[in-house]
This record gives sequence, C-alpha cells and structure tokens, in this order.
Amino acid sequence: MADLRSDFLGIKSPNPFWLASAPPTDKEYNVVRAFEQGWGGVVWKTVGEDPPIVNVNGPRYATLLSQDRRVIGFNNIELISDRPLKQNLDEMRRVKRDWPDRAVVASLMVPCTEDAWRDILPMVEDTGCDGIELNFGCPHGMSERGMGSAVGQVPEYIEMVARWCKQYSKLPIIVKLTPNITDIRFPARAAKKGGADAVSLINTINSIMGVDLERMTMHPSTDGRGSHGGYCGYAVKPIALNMVGEIARDPETHGMPISGIGGITTWRDAAEFIALGAGNVQVCTAAMVYGFKIIKDLTDGLSNFMDEQGYKSISDFQGKAVPSIANWQQLNLNHIEKAVINQELCIQCGRCHIVCEDTAHQAIIATLNGKRHFEVKDEECVGCNLCVSICPVPDCITMHTLAPGETDTRTGKKVSGQFANWTTHPNNPMREAVK
Amino acid sequence: MEQKTHAGGRCAGRLSKDEYAKNFSDSHAPLNRVQAVIEADRCYYCFDAPCTIACPTGIDIPTFIQRIAQDNVRGAAKAILEENILGGMCARVCPTEVLCEQACVRNTNEDKPVEIGLLQRYATDGYFAKPGAPMFTRAASSGKRVAVVGAGPAGLSCAHRLAMLGHAIVLFDANPKLGGLNEYGLATYKTVDGFAQKEIEWLLSIGGIEVQTGKALGGDIVLDHLVRDFDAVFLGMGLAGVNAIGISEPQAEGLRDAVAFIAELRQATDVASVPIGRQVVVIGGGMTAVDAAVQSRKLGAEDVTIVYRRGEEAMGASDYEQNWAKTNGVKIKHWAAPKEVLVNGGQVRGVRFAYTSLKDGKLAETGETFELAADMVFKAIGQTFEAAPVGAAIALKSGRISTDDDGRTSHAKVWAGGDCRYGGRDLTVEAVEHGKLAAISIDNTLCG
Repeated sequence: MADLRSDFLGIKSPNPFWLASAPPTDKEYNVVRAFEQGWGGVVWKTVGEDPPIVNVNGPRYATLLSQDRRVIGFNNIELISDRPLKQNLDEMRRVKRDWPDRAVVASLMVPCTEDAWRDILPMVEDTGCDGIELNFGCPHGMSERGMGSAVGQVPEYIEMVARWCKQYSKLPIIVKLTPNITDIRFPARAAKKGGADAVSLINTINSIMGVDLERMTMHPSTDGRGSHGGYCGYAVKPIALNMVGEIARDPETHGMPISGIGGITTWRDAAEFIALGAGNVQVCTAAMVYGFKIIKDLTDGLSNFMDEQGYKSISDFQGKAVPSIANWQQLNLNHIEKAVINQELCIQCGRCHIVCEDTAHQAIIATLNGKRHFEVKDEECVGCNLCVSICPVPDCITMHTLAPGETDTRTGKKVSGQFANWTTHPNNPMREAVK
Repeated sequence: MEQKTHAGGRCAGRLSKDEYAKNFSDSHAPLNRVQAVIEADRCYYCFDAPCTIACPTGIDIPTFIQRIAQDNVRGAAKAILEENILGGMCARVCPTEVLCEQACVRNTNEDKPVEIGLLQRYATDGYFAKPGAPMFTRAASSGKRVAVVGAGPAGLSCAHRLAMLGHAIVLFDANPKLGGLNEYGLATYKTVDGFAQKEIEWLLSIGGIEVQTGKALGGDIVLDHLVRDFDAVFLGMGLAGVNAIGISEPQAEGLRDAVAFIAELRQATDVASVPIGRQVVVIGGGMTAVDAAVQSRKLGAEDVTIVYRRGEEAMGASDYEQNWAKTNGVKIKHWAAPKEVLVNGGQVRGVRFAYTSLKDGKLAETGETFELAADMVFKAIGQTFEAAPVGAAIALKSGRISTDDDGRTSHAKVWAGGDCRYGGRDLTVEAVEHGKLAAISIDNTLCG
C-alpha cells in the first residue's frame, strides 16, 4: 500500500490533501467536520486585523454549469473572515490541540506595514498552528484596500512582507500567489528572495460569471450591482498547472516547495499537480460542490494509482513530469504523428470530418465507395490532434508516430529519426543567434 | 353511475372516473425543462446527421436539439416546423424507433438513442404554448388557386406550404372536422387535450386557406370540376376503405371495423360512454390493431387478444408498438387466421381460427382450429384506397395513385400524396413530406 503521508516544509499530515483557505475552513465547526472525514490539513480561512470585515448579504457565489448542472467553474466575492480575530485564533488553537496529526496553517492578510505583520504574527504563532500562508492572492474586495492580490501583483511588496514574516515568526512561511499577473515567475522569485519557504498557487482569477439579460445586470449581483469575483474550480486547472510548472522549471525557483491549488476535483488532478512539482495540494471548490466526503475518493484513488505505478510515497513521483515541459523552440520538428481512426470503435458521428474540413486541414474523408465512412488522409494530416480532442468516443481516434525510415506522405520526406528543433531550422532567420 | 367492471357482453362504464382519466391521459409524459436540456446535451451534433437523413421530412435534428440546449425553444420549433408543419403531431405519433432514433449514433455504444421524439415534442409544445409573432408568413399573392382534397396530414401540409408561397387554397374534407387520421385515426392517449385541432387552428392562421368540410370527392365535389376551376389540384384523401377479413361477416352486434372504433373513441366527449366487451378479439397486425387492442384494455376489457396470421417479425406494428400492447395486458397470438365469426342471437360470441404455418414459403392453414370467446371483434387488417371518386382520369398502381417523387400524377394538373399515393409506408410524417414536396412542385409548375 502506498504511503500517502505528507511532509511539506516539515508540516506533517496523513495525506497531501489540505483544504484551501476559503469558506470550508471558516471556523472550527467546518474544520472538525473535514478532519472527521479524513482531510490531511487545512489552511484556515484568512484572518486579518480587528474590526473584522463585513460581507455582502446577497449572492457571494456563482457557477459556470454544464447542461446537467455540473459545476465547471466557480466564482466568489467573499472577503476574508468576518469574525473577530480572537475567536478565530481560539478555535484554531483548540482544533490543533484536538487534531495534532493534522496540518493547521493560518492564512493572514493585514496591511502592508511592518507593524501590522509584527503585531499579528506572534498571536497566530501562539495558537500552535503549523505554518503561515500569506494571502497575496485574493483578487476581489480586499485588493481595493491595498491587500491580497494588490500585494501579489508587486514582486517588491511580496519580497518585503515575506522578509518581515521570516523575521517575526519562526513558522514556515508560504506565499499564496495570484494568477492575475503576466508572468508567475516574478512573484515566485520575489517570494524566494524574501526568504519564504514555499509558494502556493493559484489563487482565484478575476472574473464576471455572466450577465442577467433580463435585468441587464452583471451576475452575480447584489441590489443591481455586482463586483468581479475570483474564479476557480475545475475550469482553472490548466491555468494553474501551467503556473505550477513554470515555477518548478524556472532555474531561479526550481526546487522551491509548491503547494498546488486550482480546480483539483479528482485524485488524478492532484497527481498531475504533484507530477508537475507540487509537494502537496489544496482543494476548495470540489468540497464546496460535493461536501467533505470526497476526501475518501481522493485518497483512495491516489493510493491505487501509486500502487499500480509502484510509487511508494508522494516524493517518488513529485516533479517527475517537470522535465517534459519545454519551450516551443525546443520541440522536435522531425517527429511526425498522424491521426488514426479505429473503425471498430467509430460511431460515425462525423464530427472529426467536419471540424477538420471546416477548421483544420481537410484531412478526414466522409464517404468511401458512396458510404458514410471516416478515415484520415495521411497526405493531408499534420497531426494536430483536433480530431482526437473532439471525438466523443474514448480511444477511437489516436495518434500514431511514424518510425524513422517511414515516409510522411504529406511532405514526401522520410522520417530521419534525428532530433532537430526550431533553433536549427533553416526557416529560422535567427537560428545562429538562438543557438 | 354504477361501475360494471366484470359485466359480460358489451358495456360502457366498466371503470371509475379516475381510472378512465388515468388510462386516457398522455401515454408518454412530456419532458420538463430540466429533462429536456439534459437530454439535449446527449446529442453529438453529428455531421450530415444520420437522424436527419432518416427523417422523412428531413428535419435538421441536431440544430433543433442544440437550440433546446441553448434555451431557444422558438428557434428549435422553427427548425422543426419549417420542414414539418405538423411537427407537433409527428413528435407524438412518429415511430421514431424505426426512423430518427434508430439512426442515432448513440445506439452504437449505449443502445439508447437521444430521445429525439420527446425533444421534438418539448420544442413544439413550448412554442405552441407561447407562439408570439407569426413564425410563417405568406409571399405576395400569385393569383393562382389550388384545390386540396383531404385535410389529413398530407393535405394540411400541402395547403400550408402553398399558402406560404402565395397561392390561394380551398381545402376540402369529407368529414365534419379537419385532420384526417390526426383527428379520427390515432389512439386517444397519443394526442390528448384536443391537440390535433389546436395544431390545425395554428396551421390555418397563416391565412389564404379556405376550408370546406363535409365535401367528399365524388359526391359534393368532382375531380373534373376541380381541374376546371382551379390551377392545380392536390389529392390527399387517405384510405377510405377497410379490408374485409375474407370470410363471411355476419350482421352482428360487436363486429366492427377497428378504425371506426378508434374514431368513435377520439370523438367521444366522455370515453366512459363508449361500450366495450369483456372479452375482445382484434384481427390484424398493424398499428391500428395495436391502437384498438390497447384502447380496449384501457376501456376496461378483461381479455384482449390480437390475432395475426403470420409471425411476430411480419407484423406491421413495430417492436415498440408490440411491446406497448403487451405491457398494457394485450395478448398477441401469432399464426392463426379467422375462419368463422361466431354469433348467438345477433350478438358476436367469438371467433373460430385456423392455425397457420408457412409451407414452401406460403402461408397455409394446418387444418387445426381453436375458438376464442369474444363480445367484440375488431377487424384491423388494413385499409384500401377507394379509387372510384378519382375515376379513370388518374393512373393507379397497385390500387393507389401513381406519382413521381414530387407527387405529380398522370394528370398534368393533379398531384397526390399521403396514404392514397403508391409507394409509402403509410406514416403521418411521410404524408407531411408528400404534401410539402407536392406544394413546391405545384408552385414551380404554376410560377416557374
């Protein structure tokens, strides 16, 4: 049986699944329920200075749904904890005392002054919690007050605050990054420079979920007005994976511990984050859609996957896929693939044909000998993967790699078997310089 | 009224009011919005969709389903109605299991096609409940006049398309109400709440269609005069004749044509007033036999048996219809042909049948017989075209009107469609297509 135990910055938890700082970790009652179900840890919902903030009393959440009302994306305009600081800290202390084997990490957001951080850190540390996450990611409400993503968008602030935190606390410091920037590597580098022990990402993405076309108001709205919210849930996973991968392969931040966050819904999503370098993962939306019980499916699935693959612990495959991420110019241009349609599996919907015909390379026929039949024309196929991507039948269309010596009928050239990328390509006017 | 559940002989009021209401309510509940959008999401939006190819009227099915998924019910209804003006009725009565749904690519992996029929009903019902601005309008007047004989699905479809194209139409029908089989020939539970008439009322709202009911061809109107007085004539009279069962048919209470029974039920203001036997035998194997048998059960008949002279696979009723009969407690007995209608005191008391089998590929009686007791016997072995009113002016083929693909008959000014036209499967949806194609052909001829 795979060992799911997690050690992130010395913070131990029975599994690598933490609940992210968000409504599910708002108070003792929720957190205890989560621990009862088996969650490895929590990042407590962000606390700030007293007096506590207030939330709107209209809709705080909205979703992007499938026809079957499955949640694809999720957005919120909830602010940080709206309860007094002491109440949060007392509960945190009790929970850590009662659940010593679980990770309890405090999330903090106070104004960008040294005093503010110096004052709050000892109080938080006194609860016995395992670490501190700095909320530099919240993109709505708090950012208008110079906190949250307003800090996360300025690398110098990140570095400065991280340094204060390391100075005034001996706990591990995790910097939670906002994706609402142009290049995630800069805030990550700043966190490292400031001495932070880890980064966690991604926080939510600026978003408007829709427009109520009857009332002509953005959605969700409170009394006729809305405010952009933070977007998360399954739909943001690809964005999060890219940012995690960028940090994992950046020479300046390579090896810096990463807590992966963003749309993790299944064990497979979690394994993907870990394969791209995350040391553990944080989950919120999936729990807000299905409740805490999903932790049993997450751990069970991850454990079975690891057993099948022969991974004994999380570290066995952590970061294993990072070397596969490259810049485009490093891709092998001599590698040739063609789509192949399995006629046994094909249900003849014809979608591959029409999308290839209309929007790609006219490489799939629709009739053969006067009969409905879908087949790839190798001499037109560029291997773009569009047909594979949109085929409704799993494994019906697959990509086949031409072996060295085979002829690509599209170009008439033999596959050389030699690696050659853009940096050496004759069409590249910069080929000398790139090299 | 006293309930006579087990009374022998023919009798009305066998069931309670609630039972009648339940039995003759919608046989297949319509989809609600939630169900419809989830089902719509199952459609793969196929290229050159097999379902559309399988639809006799060529409705762009992926398009109307996509519009349901996008909450555009009017757009969905338009995609249906512009190809099939009786798309509402067809959604209720089409044998989708042998048409669009049979072709659905979902069958390959799941054996469960997208519920195209139910989605079509969702779209059309949704539109009819809130029609808004007219969906179809008339072209400028062509000055041409067309006579349409028969206001069944073919005639209605033809009249509507001609009206759209700017022609003036006089629509004749022998019956007091329009609709043909839509009004007189379908099982009551397939089209509840007077849907047939509501649909026709909407169809006629396009204008330009003058209705003359109670006018039968060969009686009040004659083809020669129509050809003389109109620029073109469309014949869509359906099949007025009923096949005989081929044995002596005594004058006896309880021996009836199934089509007459079905029509009586459709026209009854209260189904409880329609008498039914305790034991019923239906002779035949098509949809009419199933409709008569199932409705006999729903009226409270205790034992209902369909007797068909050949095997299951040869029955005109689809597997789906046969199962529908069985789940409604109808017994289907194959390989038996009627020999004698048994009568006692002017009242049917049963039928003697001969067992049959195939001998050298031909149907033959085995020589053995059996009797089934029955208070009512329905003949449902098919209808025939009554050619006499058409006279010698129009060429026939196998007893029906011979036409080209567009419905043009041997007479230059006469088109035909629906069941009276040779070469179809006697489906409502086919009749609608016949009417539509003939209208386009007529328009091309008159204005081309």
